[in-house]
Amino acid sequence: MLGINFDQVFVLLKHWLLGYSPAAIQPAVSILLTIVPILLVFPVLFALTTVLERKGLGRIQNRYGPNRVGFYGILQPMADALKSLTKEDIVPASADHTVHFLAPLVLLAVAFLPYAVLPIGRNMIAANLDAGVLFFFAIGAISELSVFMAGWSSRNKYSLLGAMRAVAQMISYEVPLLLSSVAVIMAAGSLSTVEIVEKQAGFSGIFPHWYVLTPWGFAGFILFMIAATAETNRSPFDLPEGESEIIAGYYIEYSGFKFALFFLGEYLGMFAISGLGITLFLGGWSAPLPFLTWIPSWIWFFAKLLGLIIGFIWVRGTLPRLRMDQLMNFAWKFMLPMALVVVVSAGAWRFLPQGLTRWLVSTAFIAVAYLLLARGVETRNKIAKRTYRFAE
Amino acid sequence: MMSATFFILAAVTLIGACAAMMLRGLVHCALALAVAFAGLGTLYLNLGAQFLGLAQLLVYVGAIAVLIVFVILLTRGGDSDSPALSPTALPIAGVLVATAIFAILAWAVFHSVAIHSPGLPAPQATIRQLGTTLMADYVLPLEVIGLMLTAALIGAAIVAMKEKQDPQ
Amino acid sequence: MTALAGCLLVSSMLFAVGLAGALTRRNTILVLVGIELMLNAANLNFVAFWRFGPHAGEATGMIFVLFSIGVAAAEAAVGLALILAVYRHAKTTDLSQLTGRPQ
Repeated sequence: MLGINFDQVFVLLKHWLLGYSPAAIQPAVSILLTIVPILLVFPVLFALTTVLERKGLGRIQNRYGPNRVGFYGILQPMADALKSLTKEDIVPASADHTVHFLAPLVLLAVAFLPYAVLPIGRNMIAANLDAGVLFFFAIGAISELSVFMAGWSSRNKYSLLGAMRAVAQMISYEVPLLLSSVAVIMAAGSLSTVEIVEKQAGFSGIFPHWYVLTPWGFAGFILFMIAATAETNRSPFDLPEGESEIIAGYYIEYSGFKFALFFLGEYLGMFAISGLGITLFLGGWSAPLPFLTWIPSWIWFFAKLLGLIIGFIWVRGTLPRLRMDQLMNFAWKFMLPMALVVVVSAGAWRFLPQGLTRWLVSTAFIAVAYLLLARGVETRNKIAKRTYRFAE
Repeated sequence: MMSATFFILAAVTLIGACAAMMLRGLVHCALALAVAFAGLGTLYLNLGAQFLGLAQLLVYVGAIAVLIVFVILLTRGGDSDSPALSPTALPIAGVLVATAIFAILAWAVFHSVAIHSPGLPAPQATIRQLGTTLMADYVLPLEVIGLMLTAALIGAAIVAMKEKQDPQ
Repeated sequence: MTALAGCLLVSSMLFAVGLAGALTRRNTILVLVGIELMLNAANLNFVAFWRFGPHAGEATGMIFVLFSIGVAAAEAAVGLALILAVYRHAKTTDLSQLTGRPQ
């Protein structure tokens, strides 16, 4: 437009800055120039999301959100940051001090790592790993240990209970998450996030080649987002940290800055998994319509990310919290079979010739499985005779 | 020949393993074990085995370490104050046996061709090749391991299940 | 000392640590932890030979370690389930009490 390629402006900026540094330290400077923007942008996004969430939840619940601090409450994160930095850091006397101190650090380290494999724009990825999606899931699995460390080190029954529930929930929902991404990996033929996005970058007529616009992709996307909500302990799956149930679960005994670090870690996890959902199903940085490709790729990525965040906030304000056994039943008895059916449907899509047949076959697989499972799960929950269970 | 990264990763792994076997509190041992597994996973990544390192992180740290932690909590392991070391045999005997085995292995390494062989270029290890090899040459072990994992899952669930109390 | 020798030494040390722990610790779960460490040491050996050994690049090394990880996961699950079942029966995971030897 103005002779500047807005799409590649950050890549060009990085190369220009690299040109000014001496050749001996160029690898280190290159690494710094790639990592520091990630470390700056996503916490700022976190700050904006906290105020967006509180205003959004407030409006859904028919009240104003925070509106005192800045223009319509926009400076609320500043106030929150000041408060959490100046609060006294109380550690219980009987807590395990080393593990208690390390838990938020481990969580934060593990929360920042998955951003390395998310393609934020064309040619804008920190580490183009051959097995990018697997890296993402491996790092996500490590975060369960930090949740457990936080809950156990506080030597508090409620916090341990919250931690165990959180770990059980995260492990259960990892399986549908992984299976729905297996469907995408099968269709794209690669584990590398860059290649998955490039396979979705074309257009046929007016419709993009995003995987969400295929029957198995649509079902897979819904399963992925539900499992993502459960993985990051967001409502309606936030029993382990529910304020009204278990008094904030595994981070009861954390105050001040460490609590803020947990909060940051949770939101960063939410952004990362939304980013992966965008990469796998929504076409990453590619535009939705062919005449909109002049808008830079990174703007599309952040627009989609904002859309998914608004979806998360909307679901939080609308749905009630699930009980622990309902949660586990949902994961193992409904989502796991549905995810397997999505994989089969994706296979059918890949190997049938293009045309109406493969649409019908794919949709038939998913629709039949959904009807059978939904009806089957419903008939199991008949009201039974009341039984009593005593503590053992 | 060995880079500083390798030394740091090896040190982290060995310190984690020693801590896992020497600490008093059971949960501390389990967390140190998780550190050792993570160090090993990163060592595999350092050696160029990308899929393997990530699979090690996913399976060992994400699943087996968490499983060990759960079982420690379910068996109330952290409460007892009995001595940590086994009294059935002198604990020093176990350490001596382990040191002897390490000495033999180290002698074998130092007197083998491993010391003198030159470094080879890194082998090509794309995921695609690994997948093709798995499905073409090793498809029978793949299916058998699927069956075995299913059997292990069902067996573990049945063994660990509470027995039904007969209503009096 | 080449890189291969370094990896083999690390794997031998890991094996020795796992063996020492499995032989001396009193709790059943820690014996299982020692066994897992020994399995991992053997895996590291395989990966080192895959990378530096004479037939570098043949997928056999990687495939073996992949199956070894799978088998170790199944073995850990069944072993821990057995420990849970024994705990429910004997109310302890202490090896000296389980084997009935005098203190």
